[in-house]
Amino acid sequence: MSELLQQVINGISLGSIYALIAIGYTMVYGVLRFINFAHGDVFMVGAFVGYYATPHIMPLVGGSLILAGPIVLLLAMIVCSILGVTIEKLAYKPLRFRPKLTILITAIGISLFLEFGGQLVFGPDPKSFPTLFLSTTLIDSQNLVLRTTPIVVIGTAIILMLLLRFIVMNTKLGTAMRAVSFNQQAASLMGININTVISFTFVLGSSLAAAGGILYGTLYPSINPLMGIFPGLKAFISAVLGGIGNIPGAALGGLIIGMTETFVTGYLSPTYRDAIAFGILILILLFKPSGILGRHEAEKV
Amino acid sequence: MKSNSSKLYLLAAIMVSLLVSFFQDQINPYYFQIVIYIGINIILATSLNLINGFAGQFSLGHAGFMSIGAYTAAVASSMLHVSSGNPTGFLVLPVALLLGGAVAALAGLLVGIPTLRLKGDYLAITTLGFGEIIRVVIQNLNFLGGPRGFIGIPKLTNFFWVFSVVSIVVFVISNLINSTYGKGFLAVRDDEIAAQAMGINTTKYKVVAFITGAFIAGIAGGLYAHFVSYINPQQFSFIKSIEIVVMVVVGGMGSTAGVIFAAVVLTILPEALRTVAQYRMVIYSLLLVIIMITRPQGLFGKRFNLGRFFSALRKLRVSS
Repeated sequence: MSELLQQVINGISLGSIYALIAIGYTMVYGVLRFINFAHGDVFMVGAFVGYYATPHIMPLVGGSLILAGPIVLLLAMIVCSILGVTIEKLAYKPLRFRPKLTILITAIGISLFLEFGGQLVFGPDPKSFPTLFLSTTLIDSQNLVLRTTPIVVIGTAIILMLLLRFIVMNTKLGTAMRAVSFNQQAASLMGININTVISFTFVLGSSLAAAGGILYGTLYPSINPLMGIFPGLKAFISAVLGGIGNIPGAALGGLIIGMTETFVTGYLSPTYRDAIAFGILILILLFKPSGILGRHEAEKV
Repeated sequence: MKSNSSKLYLLAAIMVSLLVSFFQDQINPYYFQIVIYIGINIILATSLNLINGFAGQFSLGHAGFMSIGAYTAAVASSMLHVSSGNPTGFLVLPVALLLGGAVAALAGLLVGIPTLRLKGDYLAITTLGFGEIIRVVIQNLNFLGGPRGFIGIPKLTNFFWVFSVVSIVVFVISNLINSTYGKGFLAVRDDEIAAQAMGINTTKYKVVAFITGAFIAGIAGGLYAHFVSYINPQQFSFIKSIEIVVMVVVGGMGSTAGVIFAAVVLTILPEALRTVAQYRMVIYSLLLVIIMITRPQGLFGKRFNLGRFFSALRKLRVSS
């Protein structure tokens, strides 16, 4: 029983990180109708910002974890927002009206560039992520070890998602975003600046990915430049599972994928960990391509 | 391309590769290895070009089919090897290659039927996923050596086999594309809905392209396995798939000659630039982005094809 509880806690904390990344995929898809493959690598850059910033931030705040964590998190979110918008302006914007395949290949190119450019800049060897958040053991019984780390991860993810919900539902830019996602042409005719909205979408998505990177580093303190590939793919699968374009769906999909992965690792075999998500993707695409919460879109000729 | 003259070219190409293979021991082994890799990459790139370029289905899992072909051929030849007791048996390699191709084609069918109902981004990521699943499964199969790899594959691949296969593959694909049947691939690529309206069974075309591509990739895998004599699942990760995709994109999706040229250049380039080897993938990724932004049709574009190349050659010969 306590082992099950342990797996559930692990699953939810991993799932909430996938959810944070998945939201970025789903928002960009909602506005631009393409999959930003480089998103998983923005997540990786977020983790590395945390790695390099922490030693500089720590002395400034006198080693206080309560202050350092949020500051580093915010810093990573800002750096990745700039990165996300830069990618959009340099690579995706010139291609906005080109065939889908062109944008797809570009996105794959950007993704590889961040991965292998990261190997050059950060070095290919894994680095140990510094302790950013309070990390003590709360319960330590025979089969159940409860540390503060998963609580911090889940709590931060929930706060960020609530914040996102507020921005998307209650602010002017959020309303504009929803309008663009509903009908880009009509939105632009209503005087909405499409470019601002797209940049804003990349800011939101990339900052959530950065937060995901910091939280991932907190949970699994070994980071390397290729670490974004699989979490990125799994987050994408989460977005599809929840219904791509749908923000609550992405969060739900992230949780499902995180839980499934943890259970497969815990009860079956860790070697199938990376394959199971793809299995889910294939099943969902075959039986309900619109996802759990997505709406079906008719294809127009 | 006139069918008769292209058959002549095919025959000539095979004769030349046979001739060269008699002298292959005198070639510097390092250069020889590069030449063999060029051949294998041409086979991989032209077969992926059939799926990505001609049929317009963006697949990111080509290394998966290559690995299936490599492992199947390796198992087949080691079994034939034991039963015939004749390590240089002339038929061992072709049988192993065909078996590898057939199993890869079967995998292509299994992967293709469900996934080819998907489009663009989804297809790319699902094929990538299948490539990874294939790798994970091989890693867990102990009789294939698991993560340690498969050792002791007889070194049967020589110049003749690689370049005969190259010639046949190029011949078959260019003739297929120029045939009435083959125009269907282009129709599916250019406008799927219009093609369907014209009575083309688009799913069937996509699956046929996928199976053919997988078959050829399987053969390339078999050639590779019998050249390096040691394979492990890591050699067929998605990085390998990306390398093949880069060759197709740089050469120009849908241009056989362009893709061949890109395969040659992109095999030699990393060797020539060994001192900056760590930049290879960075350069590849930038190539993808820059080509997509400035010249999405690839370096050569669709108008550069083998037929024109050969007719230009003929004109040259006539005038000189």
